[in-house]
Order: sequence, then structure tokens, then C-alpha cells
Amino acid sequence: MTEANKQDKPVARPLPKLTELDTQAFWQGTQAKEFRYQQCANCGTLVWHPRAHCTGCVDGDLRWHVSKGLGEIYTFSVVRLSYHPFFRGKAPYAVAYVDLDEGLRFLTNVTGVDDPLTEVHIGQRVELVWEEHEELNIPLVRPVSKR
Amino acid sequence: MMSQARDAAIVGIYEYPSRDVEGRLNPLQIKAASAAKALADAGLNWSDVDAIYDASEGAPMSGLMLSEYFGIRPSVIDTTGVGGSSYEFHAAHARRAIREGKCNVALLTYGSTAHSNAMAIGAGGRGGSLTPTDNMESFAGQTLVANYAMVARRHMHDYGTTSAQLAEIATATRYHAMRNPQAVRAMQDLEFMDIRETTVDDVVNSRLIADPLHLLDCCMISDGGGAVVIASPEVASQCAKSPVWILGTGEATKYPQNGADITISAGAQSAPVAFGEAGITPREIDIAMIYDSFSITVLTLLEDLGFCGKGEGGAYVAGGRMRFDHPGDGPALNTDGGGLSSNHPGMRGIFLLLEATRQLRGESTSQVADASLAIAHGNGGMLGARHTAGTVILAKD
Repeated sequence: MTEANKQDKPVARPLPKLTELDTQAFWQGTQAKEFRYQQCANCGTLVWHPRAHCTGCVDGDLRWHVSKGLGEIYTFSVVRLSYHPFFRGKAPYAVAYVDLDEGLRFLTNVTGVDDPLTEVHIGQRVELVWEEHEELNIPLVRPVSKR
Repeated sequence: MMSQARDAAIVGIYEYPSRDVEGRLNPLQIKAASAAKALADAGLNWSDVDAIYDASEGAPMSGLMLSEYFGIRPSVIDTTGVGGSSYEFHAAHARRAIREGKCNVALLTYGSTAHSNAMAIGAGGRGGSLTPTDNMESFAGQTLVANYAMVARRHMHDYGTTSAQLAEIATATRYHAMRNPQAVRAMQDLEFMDIRETTVDDVVNSRLIADPLHLLDCCMISDGGGAVVIASPEVASQCAKSPVWILGTGEATKYPQNGADITISAGAQSAPVAFGEAGITPREIDIAMIYDSFSITVLTLLEDLGFCGKGEGGAYVAGGRMRFDHPGDGPALNTDGGGLSSNHPGMRGIFLLLEATRQLRGESTSQVADASLAIAHGNGGMLGARHTAGTVILAKD
């Protein structure tokens, strides 16, 4: 290992804060690798991103549910250029909006592909895969393996 | 036309000429220099200003701070900050305030040193704020370019739109930029390679920044700024230049929602309101000043503003249709060179009003003969996520 390499601190993925009040219950859930989402028991609205109030009615009763972790890619882009200290070393990488089967759409990365330029598609079936960190886990997706 | 309400007009404009101030000016100085020139353009002075509009991008309490800095005592203070479309919102609000009799002379200013500060707007990381949405999304490393690219990818999937069709937008704006000395100097100062008119192949063969958007699908990051003065009919009748009337305005927001169509922007909500108020249709528009952060922004907005149907944008722009000298129907696009090839210091909305006014005065470097109606449509925020839309319909005197 060269001197230069020794001095290079490993740069980590930017991680969510567990202190953010609207979303902390979601991130606490990732500790058990649960993808939690909210639905209102009063009006049925599926609320995403997580927050403390229902956007469908003014006397909301939000309940937490756990996704089965299956969905499909709504749209994506393969990032070739990033100046972010973590992501610039990851390019090319795929960013995608994923529609989980329960009906919510979230932003994530597509992993588990050798070449994101050719192996990621709109409509592709994907499943959650957790990237492990100390205090929480990050929900990424990978293509559902062909059977 | 004569039955339309003409209760507020753009009477003074100025576009700050430099796109690279090399750290020798700050954004406030660009705002003040532009304000003075725009007031002089109108034949007015600081003391005439009784309403101030600012996007509050520079500092909190900007309505107070700028009043002191300019040395004015406005009775209308509006610091609506909704990204690059803020100035279309300001024009809408100024017209309403003037119509209500709350003020007579409104001043809108913008100044930015995004280039000098080497702000990595398009490919940088997301900010350090702690909004709930940031806390759910910043782990994914989505750049600004990638956000717009996700709209383009879905548009291609749903409608068969091609990169070559998107490139038509960038080639049209470059065609206009090459006729605008300020834009040519901007590209020189920002060290663009090989400054010339471009072809569709040039754009498609430039390197990919975020699939499917290429380098030449993306706007520049410049320094710059400008100012707009909006006045009542009584003041306008005494001004140095012909007034450019605000006939209609519309405002809207959009944000990610489960199951929503990412190819439809907030413009689909704001534009019908503006056209309805103006009492005209898109077919009558001569000049389309549409926020060109990226080629896909314009393609999406041409559809949402009603120039063509949803999904038809690719075919609509083909064959050089958006050029100022293209014969036949349809408006000329971004005749100053746009954000793609003339001026984009982060929030381009004010330049849409400036070039629309130049066209309706007959002062553009790519002048459309007898231009009488223009649209300025700003998109603020991120097209593929949360954004605002401000539509302003303008008419010559």
C-alpha cells in the first residue's frame, strides 16, 4: 500500500439521520431489515414518504405496515458523473424510482448487476436487498433472479 | 386583443453581460448594478420603486436587507423563493399588487456567482439540510442531471422519444446563441470547446452525463444576473420604452406521488390558467421562452404548455422547427441561446422575461418579425421530483 493510499480515508455513503422526526421510525425499522410504510386506517391513504400526519384526511389514523419487498422499476438513470466524494468512485451506477407492490414509490440504487448500462430496464421486477451499516440498513434493490 | 386587461407591464430590463466575474463581484453587486440599468432603461429612478421582489436565495430576510442595500422604502415586499421559476411568480404577484393599487413600480433582481464559486450544481451531492425528503433520498446519490434523465428515460419508454429528438432542442438554442454576442462571449469565458453551431450528431455523440442525457443536453453553469421593472399603466405610459403587457399568469407545484406520471410537469396545471386569463391559445404564441435546464425540460414543457399533445414533443421539435427563422407555424424557442448556450447561473427564470421582452420590443439578436405574443415558463426545483411552475403570457403594446 502506498503512502497516498494510507492517507485516503474511506468515504462512506451519506446515511440518513435517525434524529429526523418524520422519518426516524422508518429508519429504526431498517435495523430489523423491515421496509415500513404508513397507511391511514381512517381514509385508506397510503402515505409516502413517512410523516406524522395523514395527507388524505384531517382526522387521520396512520398505521405502520411492512412491505413484502417486491416491486418494479418505474424509471432510472445510470449516473456517469458525480462530484460527490462517495458516489464519484461508484460511477457508473443506477439510480431508480421503484414502485413496490404495495403501491409506494421510492428512490434507490439498483445493485446486483454486472453492467447497469445494459442490465437495468423500466418494468424490471426487483427485490429489496439491504446494505448493512452500524445503526441502520439501506434499502437497495436488485433484479429478481430468473427461475 | 383590445378587450384584454392591460393592468401591468414590463417597462425596464437589463441582463448582466458577464458570465464569469472571476470573483470580483458578489451577487448583491450584480443585483444592484442590474437594477440601476433596468430602471434607467425605463427612465425611472430608485426613488420610484415601491415594491421589491426577491427569491431570497442569498440570505434570510432578503426583503429587508435588499431594501436597505438599494436604499428604497417599498410598501410591497415579496420574497417568494421557489427555485428558478421564482421570477415568473414575482411577475404574477407584481401584476396582482399593481392591479390592487398597492404599488406602481415593482423591481425584480437576480445575481449569482455560481461559476466563480465552482458550484457543482448538476453533478454535485445533495445539500446537508435535514428535510424528511432529503433524509429518505440522499443515500441514493441521485445527481440533478440524473433526476432529469429519469424523466427522459420514462418519456422514451412511454412514447418512443429519441436522443436525436432531444438534441433538436440543444441545436436550436445553440443556433440562437451563435447570433447573440453575449452568449458567444459567455461560452468563451466559460471555456466551451469548439464554439459553433451544433448538429444533432454533435449532441448525441457528446459524452453521457446521466443516461440518457449527454453533455450538450445540459445547461451551462455561469455567473450572471439581471433585473426587471414592472409598472402600472399610468407609469408605463411615461416610460422610455414601449410597455410589454402581462396578459396572464399561472402558478403550480408538483412533487413525487405514488403512481404519478413523471413525464407530466407542474406546467400542465399552471399553463391553462395563464392562457385562460390571457384569452389566447398556444397556437398564437410567437416566442416560447421555456426554462432549458436540460433538453428534456423543454420537450416535456412544450407538451404541458399545449404546443403539442403529451408524447408528441419529440416529433414536434424535429427538423429545426424551434429556430427563429424556421418557416411555418409554431413559436421560436429561447432566442437568446437559453440556459443551454447563453446564461444559467442556477436560477434562469428572470432571463425568460428579459428575452421575451426584447422580442416584443424588437430588440433580440434573433428577432422574429412582428413578434406580438410570448410565453415565459419557469420550472423551479427538479423536473423529475419536486418542482414549481410559473407561466407568464406577455404581449407587445
